[in-house]
Amino acid sequence: MLPADGEANHAARAAEAAARRSYGKLIAFLAARTRDVAGAEDALSEAFAAALTDWPVHGVPQNPDAWLFTVARRKMVDAVRRRRLGEDAAGYLQWLAELESDEEGEAVIPDERLGLMFACAHPAIERSVRAPLMLQAVLGFDAATIASAFLTAPGTMGQRLVRAKSKIRDANIRLGLPDQTMLAERLDTVLEAIYAAYSEGWADPEGSDARRRNLADEAIWLGRLVASLLPDDAEALGLLALMLHTHARRAARRGADGAYVPLSDQDVRLWDLAMIDEAEELLSHASRGGKLGRYQLEAAVQSAHAVRRRGGQSDWAAIVQLYDVLCQLTDSPVAMLNRAVAIAETQGAAMGLAALDALAGDARLSEYQPYWAARAELLTRNGSAEAAAEAYRRAIGLERDPAVRHFLQQRAGTVGG
Amino acid sequence: MEYMLLIFRSEAELKKMSPTQGAEMTAAFGAYTEALQKAGIMRGGARLRPVETATTVRVRSGETKVLNGPYAETREELGGYYIIDVPDLDTALSWTARCPAASYGTMEVRPIWPLGQD
Repeated sequence: MLPADGEANHAARAAEAAARRSYGKLIAFLAARTRDVAGAEDALSEAFAAALTDWPVHGVPQNPDAWLFTVARRKMVDAVRRRRLGEDAAGYLQWLAELESDEEGEAVIPDERLGLMFACAHPAIERSVRAPLMLQAVLGFDAATIASAFLTAPGTMGQRLVRAKSKIRDANIRLGLPDQTMLAERLDTVLEAIYAAYSEGWADPEGSDARRRNLADEAIWLGRLVASLLPDDAEALGLLALMLHTHARRAARRGADGAYVPLSDQDVRLWDLAMIDEAEELLSHASRGGKLGRYQLEAAVQSAHAVRRRGGQSDWAAIVQLYDVLCQLTDSPVAMLNRAVAIAETQGAAMGLAALDALAGDARLSEYQPYWAARAELLTRNGSAEAAAEAYRRAIGLERDPAVRHFLQQRAGTVGG
Repeated sequence: MEYMLLIFRSEAELKKMSPTQGAEMTAAFGAYTEALQKAGIMRGGARLRPVETATTVRVRSGETKVLNGPYAETREELGGYYIIDVPDLDTALSWTARCPAASYGTMEVRPIWPLGQD
């Protein structure tokens, strides 16, 4: 057979598995005291490189994480000695030495990932960088992959990530849990960043880009991590439930020919029942917390659709009520748009249109494809063919996904505008 | 800031399209152009006739050379462009992704360099 090659492959697989399982944990622990995320990343990537040379020769160590951690820490100390001089370095090296005594004889690396996530989503970090930073620091995504997912130039994304990491270090942003008084508010920014990552991953429905399909899975993984570390936080559970409910339908939203299938036409047998059950359980656990929030509400909307999986009908009356609360809670134009769509289901297209008209002046919706698609659909049902055709054209011009664009064009064709 | 969105796509592939697909693509471009106009950011744009209509001109040492065909033979040819005026590159990229050609060709985004500016 291929002994050398096999060893190398085995080592590479072990390194990859360790990276997937422990990347964020190692970064979090390496950066926890130094607050030097970039330094920790450099050191860890050197440690991975060393592993790929060492493991095929000496075998994969019993505790790969501890091996990687030890090497990375040594690289970090070397880098500090090279870069820093005098007092600055002294304090820094002492931190790293403390790490050493922490770890002595103890192979278990404490899990400080939640603290790292709080630092990545700190209010002092620019909002648009929080999700990218989390994907990089906790999961090890490279800047180019993140840039594609967030539709940003790779160079720009790279600079933003570097700047954000410098900010953590220079502004001394603590890698840790905020005080109890701040926790809810700060957790909100963490959840928002995770959901942003999920949404970007979800935006690539065909999964044609393996790296982006991965992004939705990875966001769920982050959501699981937060939910497991804060098992009684209603919104952390709510977000995970929301992502699972949505994800349960991923196989159903494209036909065999790759055509877009709207929610109302989906073959519910393709919905993932296990995922739906898990989401339901999370949601019911969350509701016992007595703390209502946007993610629980949005998950509850998805739950009202999920009854179709067991032969029921979407509960539109409940959905309208949920959106009523959501609108009061968030002032989100998207929630108001969805509320209008739900009203059309319970009270007819004319009422839905009236609710949409109330949003017509909102600049946040004027270039939002779903607003125009919803408008076009309701105008069609209401018999206003010309206005519907016009709204379909706006929706088509704003759509990025070719399958959805094709779907909209087909619908526009049936209106005959 | 003004950006030019250059559209590169394979003319050979376009020729394989059915009349229905062709009509759908034309309509999609119409809708996209309209969306740019409605957003108030469209500054210009044009589609180009196929590469076989291209002619190149070079003047070297006083000698003028005129040749048939495009500047470079490539798998995907320049088919047209838009010029849009948006605040930053991120916004330009999000509009670029919406262009129908982005899903079957390649779009290049370049900032316009105004005359007289260093």
